Amino acid sequence: MAYRLIGNDFTPPDIEAKVTGSAKYAEDFRADGMVHVKVFGSPMPHAKVKSIDADEAMKIPGFVALLLPDEVKQPDVTGFPILTSEPKYHGQPIVAVAAETEQAAADTVAALKVDLEMLPFVVDPLDSLRQGGANALEGGNVSGRGVDFQELKWTGKDFAAAAENELPRGAAPIEWSFGDIDAGFAEAAVIVEDSFVHATNSHHAMEPRSAAAFWENGKCHVWGSTQSTSFAQPGLARMIGIELKDLVFVAEYCGGGFGGKATSYPLMALPALMSKKLGGRPCHLRVSRFEEYANGMARSGFQGWTRLGFASDGRITAADIFVVQDLGPTTGFPDFNNVGNAFSVVFQPPNMRFRAVPVLTNTVPKGPQRGPGENQTANMFEPLIDKAARELGIDRIAMREVNAPGNGGVGAKIGAKQGPLTSAFLKEALTQGAETFGWAERSANSGMRKGPKARGYGVASAYHSAGSSGFDGLVRITPDGTLHVHTGVGNLGTYSYGSTSRVAAEVLGYDWDHVVIERGGTARHIPFNLGQFGSNTSFTMARTNYVAAMDAKAKLLEIAASSHGGDPDDYDISDERIVRKSDMGVVMTFAEAAQMAVDMGDKYAGHVLPDDIHEMTRTSAMAIAGTGLVGVAKDTLPKDGTAPALTASFVEVDVDVETGSVEILDFLTVSDCGIVNHPTGLAAQSRGGAVMGFGLALTERHIYDPAYGIPNAASFYHGKPLSYLDVPLNTQWGAVNQPDPQNPMGIRGVGEPLQGSASAALLCAISDALGGHLFNRIPVVTDMIVNAAAGQPQSHKPLATNTV
Amino acid sequence: MSDVMHNFELYQPDSIQGAADLLGEFDDAWIIAGAKDSLGWFKDRVIQPSVVVDIGGIAELTGIEETDDGGLYIGAMTTLTDVLENPLIRDRYPILSSSASQVASPQIRNAGSIGGNISQDTRCVYYRTGFPCYRAGGNTCYANTPTAMNRDHALFEVSRCVAVTPSDTAPAMVALGASMVIRRKGEDIEVPASEYFIGPEIDITRMTVLEHGDILLGIRLPADWANARHYFEKVADRNTWDFALVSITMVAKMAGNAIEDVAMVCGGVQCTPRRLTEVEDVVRGEVPGAEVETLVRRVASRGAQPLNFNHFKIPLMENLAARAVRSLA
Repeated sequence: MAYRLIGNDFTPPDIEAKVTGSAKYAEDFRADGMVHVKVFGSPMPHAKVKSIDADEAMKIPGFVALLLPDEVKQPDVTGFPILTSEPKYHGQPIVAVAAETEQAAADTVAALKVDLEMLPFVVDPLDSLRQGGANALEGGNVSGRGVDFQELKWTGKDFAAAAENELPRGAAPIEWSFGDIDAGFAEAAVIVEDSFVHATNSHHAMEPRSAAAFWENGKCHVWGSTQSTSFAQPGLARMIGIELKDLVFVAEYCGGGFGGKATSYPLMALPALMSKKLGGRPCHLRVSRFEEYANGMARSGFQGWTRLGFASDGRITAADIFVVQDLGPTTGFPDFNNVGNAFSVVFQPPNMRFRAVPVLTNTVPKGPQRGPGENQTANMFEPLIDKAARELGIDRIAMREVNAPGNGGVGAKIGAKQGPLTSAFLKEALTQGAETFGWAERSANSGMRKGPKARGYGVASAYHSAGSSGFDGLVRITPDGTLHVHTGVGNLGTYSYGSTSRVAAEVLGYDWDHVVIERGGTARHIPFNLGQFGSNTSFTMARTNYVAAMDAKAKLLEIAASSHGGDPDDYDISDERIVRKSDMGVVMTFAEAAQMAVDMGDKYAGHVLPDDIHEMTRTSAMAIAGTGLVGVAKDTLPKDGTAPALTASFVEVDVDVETGSVEILDFLTVSDCGIVNHPTGLAAQSRGGAVMGFGLALTERHIYDPAYGIPNAASFYHGKPLSYLDVPLNTQWGAVNQPDPQNPMGIRGVGEPLQGSASAALLCAISDALGGHLFNRIPVVTDMIVNAAAGQPQSHKPLATNTV
Repeated sequence: MSDVMHNFELYQPDSIQGAADLLGEFDDAWIIAGAKDSLGWFKDRVIQPSVVVDIGGIAELTGIEETDDGGLYIGAMTTLTDVLENPLIRDRYPILSSSASQVASPQIRNAGSIGGNISQDTRCVYYRTGFPCYRAGGNTCYANTPTAMNRDHALFEVSRCVAVTPSDTAPAMVALGASMVIRRKGEDIEVPASEYFIGPEIDITRMTVLEHGDILLGIRLPADWANARHYFEKVADRNTWDFALVSITMVAKMAGNAIEDVAMVCGGVQCTPRRLTEVEDVVRGEVPGAEVETLVRRVASRGAQPLNFNHFKIPLMENLAARAVRSLA
């Protein structure tokens, strides 16, 4: 079917504000009488507060108030408190202060005397698993989603059984399997067995998580930085201690989230709690760069081991995977689950065992970061696929094609339960990419030397689940004929809030110039939508906007029938008008129908609403009731299986073996993301994901001196995200452009794997340039290449993490 | 790490004498030029002077001009961008243009000064984040312990402190035989670059000879190495906003195919720019080639004493020294 809007570019309505700087972020909030909030962060990685002496601090001119840990709700032991009297990582907020100026607030914090008792701490999960190893939290060292908080120590025998560079494998609280791995290994022609380390790394969002709040007439108004305007609200309301209906939330722009602002978080609630203490006075919290690094979460790292069996044609016969996740000091995010799922999707092993141990550490809190678990999977395993390919003498593209899910996902499965996929064309993406990239001709130059520079080529795939269902859509046609698409998905910078709003316009046959997107906060009357994370926006929001638009369309036809006789089926829509099918004569315009809806009231104007919509959607629909024709519905469209986002990336590099420098010469990624909705959006995501992925592969990591537990990479220049000067100016992108049958427009998203396949392809290319040398450690930093090329040992201890 | 500076009195004199008077009047006055180094200290509240003297508005500290001896004089407040784009410097001292072009980021180069760049403090993460180390007036070095994360630190000339010079342009000053013109107690003195940068054995709390009250007025570049062969290479993890893991700076004069004279300086391996005199002795009079490169590698890092995580700097500086010589072939 040919679309008018889907598949075409558009200018997002907020782009001018971003380009000119007029966009207002949470940090730009100002109000008369506003006070400034600052926090006292723990100087220790794990401690207990013995006393807080604020006598001198309260004498600072401009001091207004203190907020102490016992004044805020405390979560369970593995939760993420707003303020705490037992800090579990360096920089964790203990006390909040409010003052008339930011200067006075900072001076007040500096004058606080917080007496702390140092507690045992640990920054390396394996150290915590040893007998006598420190626990990150009192009473335990293992937790995670679906894993009870517990103390787990491996035996000395467990550690002794492993070689020096091999991951010890003791008891694991997570274990699942399918097939028969022993049989799978028995039929393998080649078996690859390796241990590996993947670093933790920060999100590096340009906008720190600053926030502001005030109370008025019983409602709490909050300005926050979030990826998810609707989805963040229930959690935020809970943290503030109010009902959802009493929260007025503004989140018009988000200066980078990458998963770290996927939902609500404690610092977002802090100004609201301080404001409540001050009788509703406006409070503003500007989060510093260091505070952002300390509290802004990070991607979890892994220490892992695997044994992979391959048949002579390259097919994987069996996979045995064991990972230890650095969970940070809270329940964190279950990256470990995603490792198993991602491997099972990308390589479709017939036999597999997966074990995982999520271990608490006194490091920065961990949260989801673009492809949480999935992208580490690509980085950890793709170089090992190359290793097997070399041993088997099989081309590396062919090695992946033989294992990848393709042909629309027929027979493809995911995870422990081996459930179905809605669609999959990864094999086709590999084939298309190899042809576009010229893999066969160019990879013949693998290892070619030009002076100290060695040429390398890499290919890799990545996956993330990319769609959900069950959320609400809300649209409105006002009597002036304008279509208002109400969306609560968030404004992360991908413009998918706009591209998915075009689905409603497409369904209703609207000219895009006649559409207004209502977004950015509660006051715009937004429905309950899933957040802008998990690569899901395109799939999920296309469905919600589709069902809302279909509801509006049905009402338009019913209004025409009620006015001009006959059945709704006798009518259709065309050019923002309702026409009679039998003679195509115009019955009424959408504008006239909208006015009729207002006059008719009832469900047409939003006075009567479906029973199955969310509380937030109901509140919003009631707020706009009577202002036009309201289309509102919950997405109950059929969905059977996991919607996958899949990508294949190709990289050409020169590695200077004398300096360890890596020059990325060319890059291509091909996406399997259903029908491409917004080409420029996909191009930007492809490039942005690649730049972020290259940093993941080359430079980004958290570093701790284990003697002090203080992060050594808590700034942009220490964290080392890459810039435009580190990557090729031009990168290529493509898409297989095959529809997902479980999306009414065939659309799926693809934000996350674009990073993982890029980083993994780069790692494979570096290895290729170095004759197949495997580092089994991510990132591969300059000194590791220099050491490898010089034939001298690496500096880091085997399997050590959070280290240089 | 509040990101909010402490309160201080800010003075912005418009003359060198005015600045000198202020520095004489206040014991803890802190001088800022482009302030790219100092503001970080202040925002982290690790250093909190009560008086700050901003010399950015002193016109006579800015500019590049030819000198009677055929060299150049660069005002200390001249921005790095102006240095790297200056046609005289590009023509005669491309090594300085190259090294200035590698400093930090375009934004920082637009505001940062050449005087500030060569005089900046070390970037040892322990020192910069407030650990009470030797350099900060304490009694230990946190970067040289069994667990220390010292990938960026020194191979040579360690004396309690293992910090290195972070400046990209300082090695060029040593290689070019520059002199630093300093206003000290009302007098203008000139200090050779080889003496301007000081190690911990001389004063563990400073990176240069600048004392309280001193003002770096400018840099005098002699004509000695003008239009000679130049080589600069910086190895860092990123192409922008990163400090050198190791850098190499070389000037050389050729006599036919042979190296008549050479000066080679390494950055990132000790507290001061390290002159590779053994390498210079090896290559002087030689024709560049594989045999010379082998000898260069053999002596370039001689005497290095690696820490926990920086032994990669040994082959790296050997390779960079060899590449510099290779560029003369």
